[in-house]
Amino acid sequence: MLVSSAIERPRETTPSLLYLNGVTVTFDGFRALDNLALDISHGEMRAIIGPNGAGKTTMMDVITGRTRPDSGEVLFDNGSIDLAKQDEAAIAELGIGRKFQKPTVFENHTVEDNVLLALEGDRTVRRNLFWRPNGHTERIGAILQTIGLKAQRDRLAGALSHGQKQWLEIGMLIAQNPKLLLVDEPVAGMTDAETRTTAELLRDIARSHTVIVVEHDMEFVRMLGVKVTVLNDGSVLAEGSIDEVSANQRVVEVYLGR
Amino acid sequence: MITRRLLEAPDGRGWQFLAILAAAAVVVPVLNVFVPQSSSFHVTTTTVALWGKYLCYALLALSLDLVWGYCGILSLGHGAFFALGGYAMGMYLMRQIGTRGSYAHPILPDFMMFLNWKELPWYWYGFNHFPYAALMIVLVPGVLAFVFGWFAFRSRVTGVYLSIITQALTFALMLGFFRNNFGFGGNNGLTDFYDLLGFSVRAPKTRAVLFSLSAVALGLGYLLAQAVVRSKAGKVLIAIRDAESRTRFLGYRVENYKTYVFTLSACMAGVAGALYVPQVGIINPSEFAPGNSIEVVIWVAVGGRGTLVGASLGAVIVNYLKTMFTAGMLAPYWLFVLGAMFVLVTIFLPRGVLGLLRRGQHPGNQPSAGADPSNARGLTPPAASGLAGSRASSTPSHSPCVGEGRLAQPAE
Amino acid sequence: MAAGGLAHAGSYEDALPAFTEDSLSDTGEAITKVAASGSPLAASLLEALSDARLIYSAAEKRVFIKTRSGALTDAATGREISGSPPADIDTVRVNNRLRIAIEAALGSLTLMAPDPKRRLDAAQAVFKSHQENVLPALEKALEAETDPRVRRVLSEARAAVLLAKQDTSAAAKIVAIQVVRDRGDLDALALLEGLPADLPPDVLAAANAASANIKNTLAAWDGVQNAWYGLSLGSVLLLAAIGLAITFGVMGVINMAHGEMVMLGAYTTFVVQEAIRAMAPGLFDYSLMIALPLAFLVAGLVGVVIERGVIQFLYGRPLETLLATWGISLILQQTVRTAFGPSNREVGTPSFMSGVVDLGGLAITLNRLWIIVFAGVVFAALLGVLRYTTLGLHMRAVTQNRSMASSMAINTGRIDALTFGLGSGIAGLAGVALSQIDNVSPNLGQSYIIDSFLVVVFGGVGNLLGTLVGALTLGVANKFLEPFAGAVLGKIALLVLVILFIQKRPRGLFALKGRAVEA
Repeated sequence: MLVSSAIERPRETTPSLLYLNGVTVTFDGFRALDNLALDISHGEMRAIIGPNGAGKTTMMDVITGRTRPDSGEVLFDNGSIDLAKQDEAAIAELGIGRKFQKPTVFENHTVEDNVLLALEGDRTVRRNLFWRPNGHTERIGAILQTIGLKAQRDRLAGALSHGQKQWLEIGMLIAQNPKLLLVDEPVAGMTDAETRTTAELLRDIARSHTVIVVEHDMEFVRMLGVKVTVLNDGSVLAEGSIDEVSANQRVVEVYLGR
Repeated sequence: MITRRLLEAPDGRGWQFLAILAAAAVVVPVLNVFVPQSSSFHVTTTTVALWGKYLCYALLALSLDLVWGYCGILSLGHGAFFALGGYAMGMYLMRQIGTRGSYAHPILPDFMMFLNWKELPWYWYGFNHFPYAALMIVLVPGVLAFVFGWFAFRSRVTGVYLSIITQALTFALMLGFFRNNFGFGGNNGLTDFYDLLGFSVRAPKTRAVLFSLSAVALGLGYLLAQAVVRSKAGKVLIAIRDAESRTRFLGYRVENYKTYVFTLSACMAGVAGALYVPQVGIINPSEFAPGNSIEVVIWVAVGGRGTLVGASLGAVIVNYLKTMFTAGMLAPYWLFVLGAMFVLVTIFLPRGVLGLLRRGQHPGNQPSAGADPSNARGLTPPAASGLAGSRASSTPSHSPCVGEGRLAQPAE
Repeated sequence: MAAGGLAHAGSYEDALPAFTEDSLSDTGEAITKVAASGSPLAASLLEALSDARLIYSAAEKRVFIKTRSGALTDAATGREISGSPPADIDTVRVNNRLRIAIEAALGSLTLMAPDPKRRLDAAQAVFKSHQENVLPALEKALEAETDPRVRRVLSEARAAVLLAKQDTSAAAKIVAIQVVRDRGDLDALALLEGLPADLPPDVLAAANAASANIKNTLAAWDGVQNAWYGLSLGSVLLLAAIGLAITFGVMGVINMAHGEMVMLGAYTTFVVQEAIRAMAPGLFDYSLMIALPLAFLVAGLVGVVIERGVIQFLYGRPLETLLATWGISLILQQTVRTAFGPSNREVGTPSFMSGVVDLGGLAITLNRLWIIVFAGVVFAALLGVLRYTTLGLHMRAVTQNRSMASSMAINTGRIDALTFGLGSGIAGLAGVALSQIDNVSPNLGQSYIIDSFLVVVFGGVGNLLGTLVGALTLGVANKFLEPFAGAVLGKIALLVLVILFIQKRPRGLFALKGRAVEA
């Protein structure tokens, strides 16, 4: 089934975790997002693809509070929270974690400290001034085990390879334990083997979390085996399984016509 | 518990530093007061006063390093907090003069008599009590920093913008304190002090004790700063320094952390200023001069930004050199040396003297040479890494905004 | 005048002996008589008296005028005396009261001079002194006057005299008050406020109304004058900030030594003027024109050297750049201090730039006017360079996408150096202009650096039009705050306002669109 228009749903009965409707963002006359609609259910994993400039990163920026939409709704948690009114920290505290397109870790901190900073917990100044480790070491160890960086525990994050940084960021996402994970190009610059491992890891995470993955790599998206949304020129072009969208004539045009 | 936190903070180098300070706090006054002047072990009162001054500068540098080295806030107005602490102490010392002034008025300081003022302005009330003055020494710089930080950090004024408005802040304060009707002695400032807690500030013994107190204050300041830096909150500060938005996306309220550390740092600078004033015997508006605040930055840079011991060391090194130069016939060349120091240290010695010593070792929490490049680099796609880039420009194709005198933005 | 002269023939000579009495009151009477005599010699005698060149001999009862060349002439005949002067000669004394009388008398004498400028000055003098005895001469002059401007001032002077006269009717005085009110300047106000309190009530009421009216008019002119001062300050800020808008706004380089580039420009002007004074004094009026290209070159070259020597190693590290350029500013200041000394240097003003033009109640100093024009020209030229030249195109290209520009065979290093040189060179030009209104000392640049940064930040970084608006806004705001708060508090208030503004709109007035800030 192909759906290329917004699914209209009354706001108060939205059962979805994330609900975007009519979202428009303009930069100096350029429409980065144009009447975008997106509906992510609880526990769903969704892949988002689209050519450069389709608005994928801007969409993430809107969800995480980095960019405020000119118009439209960005609702979280069954429509109970308007994300457009919150700032980044508040949104993160609500339970939305993000991995950036370019891996962004704290290069002057050790791998362990990176995960520690991401670990869910009180974010206030006072609590962190008098913070004491309390079972955190084991939890961090478990996460490092999952992302395969146990041996790198005391290395500076800046010294990691590109792929290791990607994983560390995924580890930080896991540590945050958010309700919704936004993962931007997790396998950019990874070898095929690493890509497969990452796909497995994400599928694993998706068992207990809601995940949105933005990716260029069609092979990787295929491995995830989830519903795909195709963005183009700031709005949804097509939605469906990977086979459905890759058979769609307009999607093919957008990808090959460039 | 707090004591425990303080004491477990220092590392090996930290303990060395504290040990040297403790030794100096005891040995120097003894050599000054109890060893006869004829002895070659005697330390002159001039030397004691000079090194006491250096220690105050070291505490000031420490406070700046806390915000700049660990949180990336390059304050070019820290001299203002130092001066405010100094003025608070100066006001106490003025009130202690009593009838010994030229006009012999029991309450009004000489400069107010000279201006024909009839009564003490309200903000001078209470400064005859030392505990009140001591409170103000910490409170006035702290409150100013808090209010300033509250506004600046909440509106996300960062980088050079923040530096420039801190510079404007100290400049505005300087203009104000230069005015007679501000009630702080105008041009001449506050001077001709007599007593501090009943001891003559001019007596060598008082000087020696002030020296020790400065060393103790520096030690405590170090312990406090080290405890903050070593805590998890300290890790957050460094995270903010290196990748501010990333930290925000993890749910930390960056503005609260910044306001907190900025205020703490201002309080420390205030204490440094308060100890400085009785040792040099004067506080005047030139302490607010923008150039002074910038000079503090070079002390930190020379010693090693992001290492608390380094910042203190840098303050002593630069000021010792300054004394050497400006005392002799090399005086006209001092500004060349200072200027060259700014240029050479930033280009060739981004980690300062301590970084040089530590080369090859584990770099610990030293900041990368750049200001906070990982910030811009990490979060904005390369095509739009301009200042305008900011949040809005995450779309690579955003840059159709040229012409009409509107040029692309500088990278930050 | 001939008729008048004939009518009082003889009284001039009759008045002279009174000057030999060495009595102030006799001298006073004599002044009135001389003025009324209509003698062609009267004016030169009164001028001599006022300049302490009137000599008398008590013994011979004779009066002499010492000419400006030092020779003695007989006041009665106007001819140079032969032989040696009498032994007991002395200068005729005058006091302030007499000086006023002399001025009034001279005023009435020159009321009919052939030169309209002299007649105008005389009428103004009479207005200020408003001595009763000038009235007849004034009436006569009014009748004969053809120049409308002089006529107006003459009638104002007549009104002033009528007001001062005891026996003028109340109605006439009220009419006179209207005339004085229409004049509307500070002198008119002083005249009205100085009226005695024992006048008839309706006259007093008219006078009060008139002076209130004048005050309002003056306040309005004050506002205009403030706006002018603000415009002038704004143009100075624009000149200082515009180079910074290039280096900071376009390149993202925080150049703390920018003020020193301005200082170098000012010192270049000084050196050029010294050279002209020594070698070709006739060219002095062209000294600024000669200094402009040189200042641009000097500051521009220093800028290029700084960029190649220091800044190119610090791109992408704005805070480090700030510190390094601060160090450079210290070095430049100390270099200039060593070379030229720490004190202020005298920079002269060419004749076409000195002077004041009155425009209604507005006094426009020519040097300020020229600086405003100059700032406008520099701004326009810079816009032109950026928009229409290859250099401008390359500059914008490098700014927006360094690697792309580089791959299109643009030598980015060269463009960086040239851009920085351009910004510095413009600062040098600003220095030439500022040398006309500010002290040329090694600290010259320091006083502009914070202000110019605020202008650039306030206007919106990377936006030259923003810099223009920012400079003018800050300039005018500063001058309008001053009367309320005083110069220093006004400045503080402005700094605080800008600080608050930056909090509110961290990207400045003309920020590019997009949401708020990001580090």
